[in-house]
Amino acid sequence: MSTNSQLRPNRANVLRRSASNHLVTAISVLGTLLVLVPLIAILVYLVYKGASSLNVAFFTHTPKPVGESGGGMANSIVGSSIILLLASLIGIPVGILGGVYLAEYGAGKTLGAGIRFVADVLNGVPSIVMGIAGYALIVVHQRHFSALAAGVTLAIMMVPTVTRTTEEMLMTVPHAIREAAYGLGVPRWRMILSISLRTAAPGIITGCMLAFARVAGETAPLLFTAFGSSFWPHNLNEPMAALPLQIFVYAMSPYDEWHRLAWAGSLVLITLIMVSVGLVRYVTSRGRLKGGH
Amino acid sequence: MADTRIKDAEPPALLKLQVNEPHAVAGHAVEGKAPAAIREFLNKRGSGAAGDGAFGALVLACALSILGIVVLILFVLIQQSKLSLHAFGLKFFITSAWDPVMGDFGALPFIYGTLVTSFLALCIAVPLALCVAIFIMEICPKPLRGPVAFLTELLAAIPSVVYGLWAVFVLVPIMRDHLGPFLVKFFGWTGLFSGTNFGEGLLTASIILSIMILPVISSITREVMGAVPVSQKEGVLALGATRWEMIRIAVLRNARVGIVGGVILGLGRALGETMAVTMVIGNHPDIAKSLFAPGYTLASVIANEFTEATGDLYLSALIEIGLALFLVTVVVNTIARLLVWFVTRNSAREAR
Amino acid sequence: MGVGIEVKNLNAWYGQTHTLRDINLTIPANSATALIGPSGCGKSTFVRCLNRMHETNPSARVEGMVKVGDIDIYNDAAPVEIRRRVGMVFQRPNPFPTMSIYDNVASGLKLNGFHNRKVLDEVVERSLKQAALWNEVKDDLKKKSGASLSGGQQQRLCIARALAVDPEVLLMDEPASALDPASTSKIEDLIFELKDEYSIVIVTHNMQQAARVAENTGFFLNGQLVEFAPTSTIFTKPHDKRTEDYITGRFG
Ligand SMILES: Nc1ncnc2c1ncn2[C@@H]1O[C@H](COP(=O)(O)OP(=O)(O)OP(=O)(O)O)[C@@H](O)[C@H]1O
Ligand SMILES: [Mg+2]
Repeated sequence: MSTNSQLRPNRANVLRRSASNHLVTAISVLGTLLVLVPLIAILVYLVYKGASSLNVAFFTHTPKPVGESGGGMANSIVGSSIILLLASLIGIPVGILGGVYLAEYGAGKTLGAGIRFVADVLNGVPSIVMGIAGYALIVVHQRHFSALAAGVTLAIMMVPTVTRTTEEMLMTVPHAIREAAYGLGVPRWRMILSISLRTAAPGIITGCMLAFARVAGETAPLLFTAFGSSFWPHNLNEPMAALPLQIFVYAMSPYDEWHRLAWAGSLVLITLIMVSVGLVRYVTSRGRLKGGH
Repeated sequence: MADTRIKDAEPPALLKLQVNEPHAVAGHAVEGKAPAAIREFLNKRGSGAAGDGAFGALVLACALSILGIVVLILFVLIQQSKLSLHAFGLKFFITSAWDPVMGDFGALPFIYGTLVTSFLALCIAVPLALCVAIFIMEICPKPLRGPVAFLTELLAAIPSVVYGLWAVFVLVPIMRDHLGPFLVKFFGWTGLFSGTNFGEGLLTASIILSIMILPVISSITREVMGAVPVSQKEGVLALGATRWEMIRIAVLRNARVGIVGGVILGLGRALGETMAVTMVIGNHPDIAKSLFAPGYTLASVIANEFTEATGDLYLSALIEIGLALFLVTVVVNTIARLLVWFVTRNSAREAR
Repeated sequence: MGVGIEVKNLNAWYGQTHTLRDINLTIPANSATALIGPSGCGKSTFVRCLNRMHETNPSARVEGMVKVGDIDIYNDAAPVEIRRRVGMVFQRPNPFPTMSIYDNVASGLKLNGFHNRKVLDEVVERSLKQAALWNEVKDDLKKKSGASLSGGQQQRLCIARALAVDPEVLLMDEPASALDPASTSKIEDLIFELKDEYSIVIVTHNMQQAARVAENTGFFLNGQLVEFAPTSTIFTKPHDKRTEDYITGRFG
């Protein structure tokens, strides 16, 4: 056996083995550093470029035509918020209730296993395909691009993530406290809402935030649904501006002024994602009881 | 071990019975009866069957909606790509014509671009992801473990379009002015780095892709490495193995199937990644040997041409590409899930 | 006020396993009844059949008749209605970890839709006093989670929670088995106090405990009720040889 001969003490062997040990350690440290470099480079560059391009107008104005300086991405920020709100309002409840089915009703059933598998599959569908699906499902019938189509598409993308995390979190709720609720004559639906979901809430909220953060930065599904616009959002049945879309358009344009805006937009987008995640974490962590879960 | 219950139970004769003898009870007797309102209220409360039925139906509907959505997506994709499916049949995937004016479409250049960029991205990302996973799980000092893991996960939180932006303004110039010439100088003989180097192209797209799929692979790798029983690692260490030998013999050998699963999951991500690739690949339907050459992927051609597609056949061809992408990622993800599931199930069984 | 329980030809299964065979007995109102027997003989299954908790297990099945007071629980009412009359305390304390102490006690009422604040305040105080926990927790009723209490306190909290719905019967499945001797004796005192007002059925492995608190004792073996008699009879001159063997520790 090769491992045996390698493990036999022998001076040359020991040296070689310890050398290869050090070598591998060094390679793995180097590799990790190599991975962290682009990350840090992106973040630093983003803050540097973005912050230097941010100003009040960015948050208060709509885009100016090419050639005129100034202008901002206020309509995109508002548009993104509307689309994401719509997506969350649809995707989160459906996802959570789907997860409730999987954990509380579907355990051990073929249907449950099937749905679980399909949710994983849906999770892996590329976002550009979801964009086409949103187009074919809604835009084609409405005959025009719309924020509604964008919201629904993003909602569909949120559902599998939310469902699977909800299921996993519900599975960690001890059977004993469900029994306690049943023992008090509490109906099953009320037990699930007030005991199971309540107990699993922190994990479920984290899952929802991850799903939200994921779709918040999505561009591809918006290309053929929200489409983008240079005006303030008016209603859900119109094309609407969205931050990721606008960043894409500006980045691909030949104008320096727009490149600046793209950097600023990216910084705002990432900050928006981080802040909303942090905010929800903070709000839900408050008002928790001493010694509770 | 003796059953303690038996010790408790003395023979009947010796059992000092205190049956019904009043205890010295701490004075917490409560006078008065429970409010009658409670019992009345609870007795009138119904069986809750209506609520249970409605709630059960609601959650079932939500769960079924996931099935429904997938079926619906498949249905509309097929329906909307019918025109192209009829016109070109399977030939669509092996011809390289892409002529919107003449209405002649073949997806081969996009398949080529997708395969090349995904393959290269895996070649770059897999070793690095392994390094990261090994570093975090086996080498990193404990207090640093969380932060480093968090940082690599942070890579996954950056939106695709921001990667694209960075690639356009930072990576492309580096490719053009530094990395490209370097590759030409040392590896020019391979022929892979010929032609004009604009900075954009297959290689640049692969590099940005590799950064984006790295967190997926490394987090799955970490998960399956964490599932390797400590006893096995200790067993190998006890034989006098060095840390690397322990990692190779105990950890990697046990985790390899799961790692392959993670790699395939990363592949699924790479195949469908759109924005960042579209921004730096050059967007030209060519099948070129040079990695500096502009290319096109399945995802990026959709992103780029969909809204400008004039004519039903053109649109239908693009949707057919979407359908193909859908089916391929479903297959790839299924394989990956099965592998990861297989490994974690096995380790769960061993733990029992 | 407590009511009596009448059990006729009760059989219970888990899947294919026949766990309870032809149980017949009458449990008098306003008294404590102890159930003893070796591990796995079906005591838990039996008490879970008394408030229809048995059927929360998907593979479980029951046959026979159980009357709580005048109600034939398997024919006259829905499971939730029975469980509101027949309260249960489990082997391991299981307070709701996300709820305050107050909400834990009030949960049986609140989760069933009762929201009168004044009555709730009164009930919570009364139940906690009955469970001898009031003095220890009255200062942070709404601040602390039920899970922050010690094991013995948690179990008394669970008793208070069960008492808050003013049940007619209280089932206790080894309520003290996870507790230290001091907490155990507190719980025993409690049972002693409560049995004037409620009918109590207590499963226990501790024969001293059965002897201390219960008027009547039933001995289970292999899913059958071997003997049911006044506690003094069971412990001093049991009719059945198997009961005697068990009590004298000749088998376990
Ligand atoms: N959830 C279940 N599924 C299948 N079989 C069960 C289940 N619970 C109990 N049983 C079986 O039913 C029989 C009676 O179990 P039960 O819990 O009623 O015993 P017990 O007298 O309460 O024992 P203990 O004193 O250990 O609590 C046992 O043989 C057990 O294996
Ligand atoms: Mg038991």
